[in-house]
Parts: sequence; C-alpha cells; structure tokens
Amino acid sequence: MEDIKNIIESLLLVAEEPLTVDRIKNILVQAEKKEIQNALNELSLEYENRKGGFFLREVASGYQIRTRPEYSEWIKRLIQPKPTRLSKAALETLAIIAYKQPIIRNDIEHIRGVSCGGILRMLLERKMVRVLGRKTIPGRPLIYATTKQFLEVFELRNLEDLPTPKEISELSDSASENIE
Amino acid sequence: MQEDIYKVQINDIFEGPMDLLVHLIKKHEVDIYDIPIALITEQYLEYLQWMTAINIDVAGDFILMASTLTKIKSRMLLPVHEEENDDEDPRMEIVKPLEEYLQMKSAANELASRNLLGEDTFVRNLNQKSLTIDQDDEIIAVGLFELIDAFQKILEKISVHRGVDIITADTVSVRDRIVQIVDILETRESVTFNELFSSDTDKSEVVVTFLAILEMVRLSLINIVQNRQTGIIRLFYL
Repeated sequence: MEDIKNIIESLLLVAEEPLTVDRIKNILVQAEKKEIQNALNELSLEYENRKGGFFLREVASGYQIRTRPEYSEWIKRLIQPKPTRLSKAALETLAIIAYKQPIIRNDIEHIRGVSCGGILRMLLERKMVRVLGRKTIPGRPLIYATTKQFLEVFELRNLEDLPTPKEISELSDSASENIE
Repeated sequence: MQEDIYKVQINDIFEGPMDLLVHLIKKHEVDIYDIPIALITEQYLEYLQWMTAINIDVAGDFILMASTLTKIKSRMLLPVHEEENDDEDPRMEIVKPLEEYLQMKSAANELASRNLLGEDTFVRNLNQKSLTIDQDDEIIAVGLFELIDAFQKILEKISVHRGVDIITADTVSVRDRIVQIVDILETRESVTFNELFSSDTDKSEVVVTFLAILEMVRLSLINIVQNRQTGIIRLFYL
C-alpha cells in the first residue's frame, strides 16, 4: 500500500480520540504494524519539518493531531473553551494519585495533611480520576487511580511517562520559587 | 513582625498545616534534614495565632501539627543517653512527610507546566467531545426516572411471586452490593438492569441493589443508558 500514510493521516484527522497502532491495524487489515508505525513516524516528522499550526502527539498509548501551544490564544478566541485549569490543591491531589496509585483517600490526605473529599469528587466528575474498587481493610475504602483522560489532558503516553519526581536536594531551588 | 502579618493577609492562605510548614522552612532557608525545631515551632504557633486573629478558620489539622511539633521539640530537649544513641532523630517524624509532600508539590508543578489539552493544545473535535459529555449527563438524568419505573416493576414482580417477606439474617449492605456489581462489570463491562435483580430476591435486597446503583452513578463509577426501542436499561462500567 503506497498511500498508507495518507490513509492514516485522514484517520487521525477524523478520530475522536488518540488512535493506537492496533486500532489502525484493525482498519488497515492488510498493513503490517511496522508499516503503520513507520507511517506515523514519517507523518510526525513531516509536521515537525513543516512547522505548521499542529503536530502529531503520542498520548494515552495512541496518536493524535494537536495544535501547537504557540497558537492557543487564537484558538481560545475561536472556541472559548470551558476553563480547564485545575487549582493548586487539585493538582497536588492529582499528582499524589498519579504517582502513588492505586491509593485510598486516607493515604492521599495523610500526604497532603488536609481532607480532600471535595477535590476528589471534582476530579471524579472531570474524569481525571476513577475508582478502581475497594480495599479489603476495615471500612473497605475506595481505591483511586487516574484515567485515560488524565493521560490525554497532560499529554502523557502512559503512566511510565510521568516525570520522575525530583529528589529534595534538586528541589530546593524550584520549590522556593513556588512559595512566593 | 508587622510585615509578616501583612504578608499572611495578602498572599498566603495556607491550605493545610504542611503548606504552612513548607512556607516557614523556605522563609528561614533551613535544611529540611536539620530543622531548628524550636524556631519553627515557635513561628508555627505564631502564625496560628495570626490566622485566628484574621478569622481564617484554623482547622483541627493545624492543631494536630502544632502538637506534633511541640512533642518533637520536647523530645529534643531530653538528654540522650549513650546507649540510646542509635535512636532515630525525633525530627524524622516530620521530615519524612515533609519530604514526600515537597516531592508531590514539585510533581504537581511539573504536571501543570505540560501542554495541557484544552488550555495550551487543542484537538480538532474538542467541541464535539464536550458535547458528548453533556449528552451523557442527560442520559443519566432522563434515565433516573426510567430507573424508578424499572424499580417499581421489579418490586411488583416480587409481591406477585411471594406474598410474605421472609426475614433473612444476613442482608447485604449497599457497600457490599457495589463491590459485587463492580465485580460483574469488571468481567463484562456492561450488565442489564434486570440481570442485577435475580428473581428470588426479597424486597430488602432489591432496595439495596437499587441504592447501590444510585450510589455508583453518583461516584461516576457507571453510566446508565436506556435503549429507546427495547427499553432495556444497561449499566456501563466507566
């Protein structure tokens, strides 16, 4: 198939969520996975070289065409998205869940030193966090973990893609900036 | 001093005791592995007083931390005997959580600095996506009434099957029922409303199951969808 790259590009344009290689393979049955991967890499490179308004990103185990951050202001004038920014407290809670998952609420609150029921509910509503089940300890507390949506929003390929938390020694500089 | 009070009012409403502690440590530029516990405790208590003075609700968490700090401070004052030398530094009680908290704070900052979808970067169908979320909500809202209808039907069925309620000793709690439903959904992804109510259940079990379903919707554990044609209500695992 010579036009495989074009077919994949057209799929990427229409797809509602990040397309995995497997998903593309299901559509392009006769193509090899390697061919698909190569085509994706080529497309990504083309967009990089072209330096246009968008690029190809690897998120949540798939590929998705996304606009370059440089142009976010213009896009916001066009579509006026609902504000998605999370509060500092919500981000901290989300970070704890992301790094320590699966985790129960008590352990989250232990790290933050504050209760976080309201924040958890908000994160659940925004589908950043989900309930995995219940822990088999007294009280059977809910177990929380992050969602695919979380990966999509934070442009992460998978959970291993999370940046390694810094050691405290490296941290002192950056942390002092945040305190102001 | 006066300056400090001013600062509290302007930009630092501490979210929790850890935030206050981090603030004090940064302010005095002390090493978290060698905290001058007397100074920090004193400052911490002062801040608590200021916070009460300017009507910030000082929650129990703040008091708890204050007592921990005071405890560490008093333990530091106790003479250390030679043979107890290998005892842990009492300050470790506060250093370990601080370490972890600082690490998570920096992780949160790092997350925030990424190209966020819907903020820095956009996908072509973002509008459609937010639309579908609204639609989902609508399905749940409409489904709730249908849910009650379906619930009534099941109750009717039971009263036909058996006239007397048999008292059973071990009834299932709503919590247990949620776990059971999650177990089912984990293997099958979706289940019909009727399947969850086996024909031989008594009234209390039906009520428990119904409450469990409502609770799961509230926790965004499941999505409930009804087929317009068949009227079959299905639960989907999110």
